[in-house]
Amino acid sequence: MSLWLLILIPILAAPFAWMAQQQSRSAPRWITLGALSVDGLLALFLGTGNHAVQASGHVAWLVESRVSWIPHWGISLHLGLDGLSLILIVLTAVVGVVATMASWTEIQSRVGLFHCNVLLALGGVIGVFLAIDLFLFFFFWELMLVPMYLLIVIWGHAQRRHASFKFFLFTQAGSLVLLVAIVALALLHQQATGHPSFDYADLMELTLSPEMARWLMLAFLIGFLVKLPAPPFHTWLPDTYTEAPTGATIILAGILAKTGAYGLLRFTIPMFPEAMHEITPIAMGLGVVGILYAAVLACAQTDIKRLVAYSSISHMGFILLGTFAGTELALQGVVMQMVAHGLSTGGLFLLAGALEERYQTREMGLMGGLWAVTPRLATMALVFACASLGLPGMANFIGEFLILFGSYATQPMMIILASLGMVMAAIYSLGMMQRTFFGRQQDTRSVSDLSNVAFGTVLLIVALQIWLGLYPRVVLSTAQPVMNQLVQASASSPTMPHPPSESLLSSHLTTSQGSTP
Amino acid sequence: MSLHDFIALSPILTLGAFALVTMLAIAFQRHHARIATFAFLSCLFTLATVPWAATVVPRTVTTLLVVDRHALLYMGLILTTTMVIIALSYRYLIIQFREEEGVEEYYLLLLLATFGGLVLTTAAHFVSFFLGFELLGLSLCSLIGYLRTRRHPLEAAVKYLLLSITASAILLFGLALLYFESGAMTFQGVGAILKQAHSVSALWLGGLVLVLVGIALKLGLAPFHMWIPDVYQGAPTPITTYIATVSKAALVALLLRFATEVGVLELPAVAHLFSLLAVVSMVTGNVLALLQQNVKRLLAYSSIAHFGYVLVALLAGGPPAAEAVTFYVFVYCAMSLGAFGVVTVYSSEAGDKNRVEDYQGLFWTRPWLAAMLALSLLSLAGIPVTAGFIGKFYAIMAGVDAGLWWLVLALIANSVVSLYYYLRLIVTLFGEVAAPATLPEAQTVQMPAYVSWTTVCSLGFVASIILLLGVYPEPLIHLIRDSVSNLLMVAMQRP
Repeated sequence: MSLWLLILIPILAAPFAWMAQQQSRSAPRWITLGALSVDGLLALFLGTGNHAVQASGHVAWLVESRVSWIPHWGISLHLGLDGLSLILIVLTAVVGVVATMASWTEIQSRVGLFHCNVLLALGGVIGVFLAIDLFLFFFFWELMLVPMYLLIVIWGHAQRRHASFKFFLFTQAGSLVLLVAIVALALLHQQATGHPSFDYADLMELTLSPEMARWLMLAFLIGFLVKLPAPPFHTWLPDTYTEAPTGATIILAGILAKTGAYGLLRFTIPMFPEAMHEITPIAMGLGVVGILYAAVLACAQTDIKRLVAYSSISHMGFILLGTFAGTELALQGVVMQMVAHGLSTGGLFLLAGALEERYQTREMGLMGGLWAVTPRLATMALVFACASLGLPGMANFIGEFLILFGSYATQPMMIILASLGMVMAAIYSLGMMQRTFFGRQQDTRSVSDLSNVAFGTVLLIVALQIWLGLYPRVVLSTAQPVMNQLVQASASSPTMPHPPSESLLSSHLTTSQGSTP
Repeated sequence: MSLHDFIALSPILTLGAFALVTMLAIAFQRHHARIATFAFLSCLFTLATVPWAATVVPRTVTTLLVVDRHALLYMGLILTTTMVIIALSYRYLIIQFREEEGVEEYYLLLLLATFGGLVLTTAAHFVSFFLGFELLGLSLCSLIGYLRTRRHPLEAAVKYLLLSITASAILLFGLALLYFESGAMTFQGVGAILKQAHSVSALWLGGLVLVLVGIALKLGLAPFHMWIPDVYQGAPTPITTYIATVSKAALVALLLRFATEVGVLELPAVAHLFSLLAVVSMVTGNVLALLQQNVKRLLAYSSIAHFGYVLVALLAGGPPAAEAVTFYVFVYCAMSLGAFGVVTVYSSEAGDKNRVEDYQGLFWTRPWLAAMLALSLLSLAGIPVTAGFIGKFYAIMAGVDAGLWWLVLALIANSVVSLYYYLRLIVTLFGEVAAPATLPEAQTVQMPAYVSWTTVCSLGFVASIILLLGVYPEPLIHLIRDSVSNLLMVAMQRP
C-alpha cells in the first residue's frame, strides 16, 4: 500500500494545487514542492528501510504490492520497487522540485492549473517506474502524456500548437505499437497456459519462438526509442523542448526521456534477451549515430534552447549504447548517466529559460558578453557546460566514462566513434558559453541576475552533481543488484556468445569499483 | 404464449404501452415539462423491467423474437441512453421552439424510435427485423426534421428519408433472395443452408451481401457513409446524438445476432467484404475528419471511423469478438453522449455553436463544459483512464487474438491520425478567449432552475460512466461475457 502512496501523493495533491490558486499565487507552488519532497523522502524511506527481499519469480523487489484489477484478462495492480526504480523516483522528485523552482517567476497566469498538471504528470511518471504489470505500466505510460501536453499547449511559446502536436503524435504512435506487443505477449501467455496474464513475472517465464520474439522486441524497442529519443524517432524533441515552458522542458528532458531508457532496462532486455542480442550492433549503431549526429547539429544551433535539446539527444545516445552493450559496467554507467543527465539538462534548461525570460529571445547571436551583466547566471552556466562536456568530478563524467569503458569490449570501433561525441560536447558547450556570455555585448538592456530562488535551486543541482561525481557509489550500489540480474538474464540465453575477455574486464572493474569509493 | 413469455417480453410491452399513454396524454393536454418527465419515467420503468425479464431468459417468444441476455444488455444500453437524451433535449427544445409550435410529439417519436430499437435487439426473424428497422428509421426521419421551420433540419430529414428508403429497398431485396434460396425467414433457417452444404449458391450469397449492405448503410460504414455528415450536421443536436448512439447500438445488436446465427463470418467472401469495409471506413472517416471545420461534422466522420474499429473487432470471430464489439458499442455510446451532449448544451444558449472557432478558449469561460468535452474527446482518441482506451484495448486484443495483424496495424495507424483532429479541438478549448464581439447575449428564454440541474446531472452521469469504465471495467466485462455466452448458446440450441 505504501507504494500506492508514492503515486497518489502527487495525484491527490494536484486538485489542491489547482484550488489553492484562489488563496495566493505561491500557494500552488508550495503545495507542489511539499508533495514532491514528501514523495521523495517516502521513496528513500521505503528503499532503505526494507531490506527484507521478497521474491516474485526470479526478480527481487524491495517492496511489492499486488491487488487484483481485471481478473478476466489477468491484469492486477502490481507495483514493485527495486534499486533502479528507487533511484529514478528520487530523481523524479528532485527534477520536479527543480521544475517548480524554474517556473517560480516564469509562470504567472493560471498558476494553479500549471502545478496541477505538473503533479499529475509526475504522478504518472512515478507510476511508470513502479508498475510491474504491463497493462498498468502502459496505463501510466499514457497517463503522463495528457498533462504534459496541456503544459506545452497552454503555457508554451509562440509555436506551441505545432510542437505539442508533434510531441503527442510521435509518442502516441510509439505507444500504440508498444500496446500491440503487450497484448500479443498476454495472448501468447494465454496460448501457453490457458489464461492471459500481463504480469511481469509471468511474462518473463514465457518461452517465445525466435521469430515472435524478434517482432515483439522490435515493437517494444520502437515504443521506448521514441521516448528516449534515438534517431530516426527524435524529430519531435527539438521543437517540443524549445516551445515548452521551462518547467515542462525540465520535466521532459529530465524525467520523461528516462522512462524510455527505463523501459529498455526493465522490460526489453529481460524479456527478449536473444532477440536483443541479435539487434545489438544495429541498436548500438543507432546510439552512436544519435551521439554524433545530434552533437553536430548542436554545434550548428543559434537558438540556445535548441542547442541544449540537441545536446540532450546526444547524451541519451550514450544510454542507448550502454543499454545494448549489456555488460554490468555499462549498465551501471547507464543508470548513472540517467541521473546525471537528468540533473545537468535540468540545470541547463533552467538557465536557458532564465535567459529567455530576461531577453525575450533564445538567439545566442543577440546576447553575448553577459558575464559582466549576470555573473551568477554565467558562472552556473559554465558549471553545467562543464558537466555536459564530461569534466571529471561531475556525475556526467562517471556515467559516460563507465558506459564507454564497459562497452569497449563488445564493439570497439563504435566506442571509439562514440568518444568523439565527448569531444564535440566540449565544442558545442564551450561555443555556447563563448557566444552567450563572452565577447561583445549585443543587448545593453540592464537585466537582473538570477533570483535567489533560482540560484539556490541551481546550487542544489550543482551540489548533487559534484557529490555524485565524487561519490558515485550511492547510485551504483543501489542499482547494482538489479543490473546484476539484467546481466544474468541476458547471459542465460543460450545463443549469447560470452567472450572471456569481456567478463574478465568487467569483473575486474567491478571489484575495483567496489573498493575505491 | 405462457406467462414467462410475457415476462420475457415485458420491456418491449411496457415501452409500447407507455408510448400509447404518452400519445393519449398529449391529446389530452399539451404540457412540455409533464410530457418530458413522463417520457423519461417511461424509459426508467421499462429499464426496471429488464432485470425482471432476465429471470426467465433465454427464451424464444413466438418465432419472431428471441429474448436473451444479449438482447437485454443492449436494451439496458438503449434505454439508459434514451433517458440521457431526453434529459438533454428538454432544455434544447425550450430554447429552439416557440411556445405555440407544439414540441410534445418529439418525446412520443423518441419513445417509438426506442421501441423500434428494442425490437431490433430481439429480432431473430426477417419480419421482426424489418419492423424494428422501419420503426426506428421512420421515427428518426420525423425527428430529424422536427425543427420544421428551419432549413438545415429539413434538408437532413429528406436525406435521411432517401437513405432509409434505399436501405430498406436493398435490405428487402436481399431478404427476398435469402428466402427464395433457403425457404426460411428465421436467421437460423437461413443459416442452416450454410451448415448443410459446403458451398452456397450465388443467389444466397448475393442476398446475404445485400442484407449486409442495408445494415452498413444504416450504420454509416464507408463507402455507404455519404449521408452521415449532412444528417449529423443538420439534425437537432439531441437527435444527432440519438442517431450516433441508440440507432447504431440497436443495429450492432442485430448484426451480432444475425452474424452469429447465420454464421456469415465463416464465409471467406463475407469476411473479405467486412475487412474491406473496416479499412475503408477507418481511413475515410479519419482522413475526412481531418478537414472539418464543424464540430458536428468532425464527430460524424469520426463515428464512421469508430464503426470501422468495431468491424475489426467483429472480424476476429468467436466469443472475444462479440465481447469486444459489445464493449466498444457501450463505450462509444458514452463517449458520443458526452461529446454531443456538450454541443447540445453549448449550442442551445446562443444559436448553434458548431464551428470549431466557437469553442476557442471555452475552458477559461466554462471550465466544466470544456472539461467534459475534453474528456469525451480523449476517450474517443483512446487515452487511458477513459473508457475509450479500454474499448480500443479490447478491440486490439480481439484482433491480435485472431491474428488479424494487418487490420490491427490499420487500426493503430488510424488511431494516430484520429488523434490529430481530436487534439486540434482540445487545443482550441485551451486557446486564448475569443473577443465576445458577436455575442449579444441572446438569452431571451427564462430557464427554471431545475433545467440546468438536469443538464448537470445527465452530463455528470455520462462523465462518471466514462471514467468508471476506464478505471474499473470489470463489472461490465462480466455482464458482457454472460450475455455473449447466452447469445452463442441460443444460436447453438435453436433448431
